[in-house]
Amino acid sequence: MYVAVKGGERAIANAHALLADKRRGDRAIPEISPEQIDQQLALAVDRAMAEGSLYDRELAALAIKQARGDLIEAIFLVRAYRTTLPRFGFAEPVESGAMAVRRRVSGTYKDLPGGQVLGPTFDYTHRLIDFSLREDGDGAPASAPSAPADLEAAMPRVTDIIAGGDLIERNVSPEPGAPVADVTRDAPSYPAPRDARLQTLARGDEGFLLGLAYSTQRGYGRNHPFVGEIRFGDVDVELFVDDLGFAVPLGAIAVTECQMVNQFKGGDGEPPRFTRGYGLVFGQCERKAMSMALVDRALRAEEFAEERKGPAQDEEFVLSHSDNVQATGFVEHLKLPHYVDFQAELALLRELRREHAAATANPRNEAAE
Amino acid sequence: MTARPYNFAYLDEQTKRMIRRAILKAIAIPGYQVPFASREMPMPYGWGTGGVQLTASIIGPDDVLKVIDQGADDTTNAVSIRAFFAKTADVATTTDTTQATIIQTRHRVPETPLSADQILVYQVPIPEPLRFLEPRETETRTMHALAEYGVMHVKLYEDIARHGHIATTYAYPARVADRYIMDPSPIPKFDNPKLDDCPALQLFGAGREQRIYAIPPFTRVVSLDFEDHPFERTKFEAACEFCGSRDSFLDEVVIDDKGGRMFVCSDTDYCQKRQQAQKKDAAE
Repeated sequence: MYVAVKGGERAIANAHALLADKRRGDRAIPEISPEQIDQQLALAVDRAMAEGSLYDRELAALAIKQARGDLIEAIFLVRAYRTTLPRFGFAEPVESGAMAVRRRVSGTYKDLPGGQVLGPTFDYTHRLIDFSLREDGDGAPASAPSAPADLEAAMPRVTDIIAGGDLIERNVSPEPGAPVADVTRDAPSYPAPRDARLQTLARGDEGFLLGLAYSTQRGYGRNHPFVGEIRFGDVDVELFVDDLGFAVPLGAIAVTECQMVNQFKGGDGEPPRFTRGYGLVFGQCERKAMSMALVDRALRAEEFAEERKGPAQDEEFVLSHSDNVQATGFVEHLKLPHYVDFQAELALLRELRREHAAATANPRNEAAE
Repeated sequence: MTARPYNFAYLDEQTKRMIRRAILKAIAIPGYQVPFASREMPMPYGWGTGGVQLTASIIGPDDVLKVIDQGADDTTNAVSIRAFFAKTADVATTTDTTQATIIQTRHRVPETPLSADQILVYQVPIPEPLRFLEPRETETRTMHALAEYGVMHVKLYEDIARHGHIATTYAYPARVADRYIMDPSPIPKFDNPKLDDCPALQLFGAGREQRIYAIPPFTRVVSLDFEDHPFERTKFEAACEFCGSRDSFLDEVVIDDKGGRMFVCSDTDYCQKRQQAQKKDAAE
């Protein structure tokens, strides 16, 4: 006698045990520690923090370990933890102009105040697999090389330099004390204000934003970008405490900021000026920050009365599909049972086929109808 | 970490209050989709995060929870959600439809009629009935505001013109309290008549899409149709192999690779109750 498949608590428990076993892998190989992940897979940790929208290296490293290196799964773990945390206030805006810079490059000026700082980058490496990394003591320098120039020197933002000549649109300063959007506490509505848009992009999937940004470069909403500046380093985070009457420092976070300088606009009595696209991401995630800046600018099409002809310019399309935790959930939910709906479809299909067969067998009936 | 790292029923009390406000609004405007600030939950989107947030917001220590998926208590996702609340809220759980105060469901309405002291919580993937006719939220919200539902009737009419039938067999649209058209979630249209004039409160939660809507008790719910093509419930030619029911939704079970199949109730509690009653009758 057939017994309908019982999902069963035991099957789930066994699956979890098997997963834990697979996560550990061969017991003869030393177990990886969250500290090792934090130190040696630091860019994976950066991405898990950025898209998990929670700045906590230790937690992100642990999530990566638990997720067996599946970064979207790790991001999901971080998000599901973050969402339970109480909100006790909003930080003051961080001042990226005062960043303790570890890397800073500009595509618009050969030299500029503060200079260009390459910092730790893959940019000019040859992508040849380094087989010496198989061995311990892999040729990493005993200590990090230090910058020949003084990194403490002031590094004004490139866009501020351009703005000095009134050549780029001015950033509208928000009213002090104006409420800030919080996409994790409000359901989205369209058109989205720019703060909500930037927040959504900042936690959006790197690959999705990369593809959209790329499409604007290939003609689907072209916006003539220049990298005004990319900077990566530490910025201070401060919280204004009402009881104290002043802002207190909470600590420093590492961020990557990208300021794109885009095609100019004028008219309506305004002189022509470059326009801006902005990207800001936790950790060192340049690909993401640049993609974000390109997509941010593309999404301003309406503001500049540009024809919207690329997907990257379609706000509702971009913002409602950029979250990888949402996307992976809904795509993967198709593996859950759909027996009931499938059965309902089967019943209709069979009826339609019966009618079709009857009509084919006796075509005169159909003609009479 | 403190001794209790998570609040009763996982969500913090502020979040629950926010969701309860959305629920109250949803009850006040039957069938209207209320936006709410959906939270990330520890299960993936598409696994019932909307329903779980509703349940977490309304459940109390004295509630008795039943969770079904595809009508069954023992499908993996139902087991998992039931275990989640047993763990985070320490509530009593049951498989008995009549014993439950809250029933969370995916894709089915129980066969056993519900009562006024019960709440049915639906997990909803796409809350917008017009979504597949108009992908833009900005458009569909306007269409609802103006009760501009012509496209839906055109779609149903086109089905009839093409197939001779309305070709929607699940997530069949219905009009609530003579105003909003709603998506009853992907329940088979077989279940649609149970929504009408139901004594229990029916809550619908879409986590990823951040919407909550409701059918208050004893509300008129009419499945869309035409005078000359009235709404028809899916009919089965077979009876349940286990309990013989001819009034329940049946799952088709393939029993060999030679085309053999049988039909069994999708609602496991309903089916087992009937089998027990039959055994008792036979013994007497």
